Amino acid sequence: MALKNYKELNTVHLDVLREIGNIGTGNAATSLSAMLQKSVNISVPKINVLGYGEVTELLGGPENMIVGILLSLTGDVKGMMMFLLEKDFAHTVINGLLGQSFKDFSEVDEMGMSALQEIGNIMAASYVNAIAQMSNLTIDISVPSIAIDMAGAILSVPAIYFGNISDEIIFIQDEFNSDTDNMVSHILLIPEVDSLQKIMKNLGVE
Amino acid sequence: MNNTVTVGIADLNIAKGEDCLVTYALGSCVGICLYDPIMRIAGLAHIMLPDSTQLVNVTNQPYKFADTAIIELVKIMQQNGAHAVNLKAKIAGGAQMFAAMSNSSLANIGERNVKAVKAGLMRMHIPLLAEDTGKNYGRTLYFDAPTGTMRIKSAAKGEWEF
Repeated sequence: MALKNYKELNTVHLDVLREIGNIGTGNAATSLSAMLQKSVNISVPKINVLGYGEVTELLGGPENMIVGILLSLTGDVKGMMMFLLEKDFAHTVINGLLGQSFKDFSEVDEMGMSALQEIGNIMAASYVNAIAQMSNLTIDISVPSIAIDMAGAILSVPAIYFGNISDEIIFIQDEFNSDTDNMVSHILLIPEVDSLQKIMKNLGVE
Repeated sequence: MNNTVTVGIADLNIAKGEDCLVTYALGSCVGICLYDPIMRIAGLAHIMLPDSTQLVNVTNQPYKFADTAIIELVKIMQQNGAHAVNLKAKIAGGAQMFAAMSNSSLANIGERNVKAVKAGLMRMHIPLLAEDTGKNYGRTLYFDAPTGTMRIKSAAKGEWEF
């Protein structure tokens, strides 16, 4: 079957994505734990194909402030990947790496931004490695770009990028727990449709 | 009683009387406010992409594109009593949310949206009275039907009126 858009993903496809998500999240937790120097547990990630409106609501509404880290994928798989970190996650990262606290995002300085960007980079690499290894494809990721702003404004970027193909995206929700913190991050996986098909085919799913 | 009418992404709506229009968190999208000050009818469109003609299969989503959304908004405002010659425009949005995007189709999409909106307004002979566009932050836009005032709220930079 030739996939035309994300809506055509069936339960087998979603199971494959879920498994990629599981492995990616596991890798990400390992990296996170190494960086923060504490143990990090994960819950089973939730994976859905959702419209932008639904994603915005899940992120606390269009005006909720959130960290967005955007990477583009090139090589065998083309597309985009975006990490969305909620405030408590960003706080744990900045506190763990730099020993700084903040109440409001406006207090995050350049050092804090680059710490977040680095986390995004490492987590993206964890996911991309999972996909690349499982599917035996070469995937390159770009240098991450970061923005802290309203969720709706950040989501407009992938929405526009895919505006002419699909109004839906693959949405992975991860929950990380350390002994003291509970952190939620979201990943938008937006491969171009033929790239997604390539992944599925290489994994033996038609 | 004044109501607030919410306009979603790739959507448009109008307001009369004491009502107010709002669209939340414009990023690279552009919010187009049209206003007939005599008939006191306000319209707001939230577009995502500059041009519908580059794409096939868009006939079902005219509100998504700058060129088609302006035409549709004017049409709906006229059906509700506005006159095309009275219309004035104010626009906001078109930010570049992420600094370094090497991807060419996405680079400067905000700027291209703004350009396309201006070209669309020019084709319809609608004067542009105010704009708050570009830069790198998200904006929520309120557009007030009784006064035609556009109010912009941003997370980092506060609020303005146009």
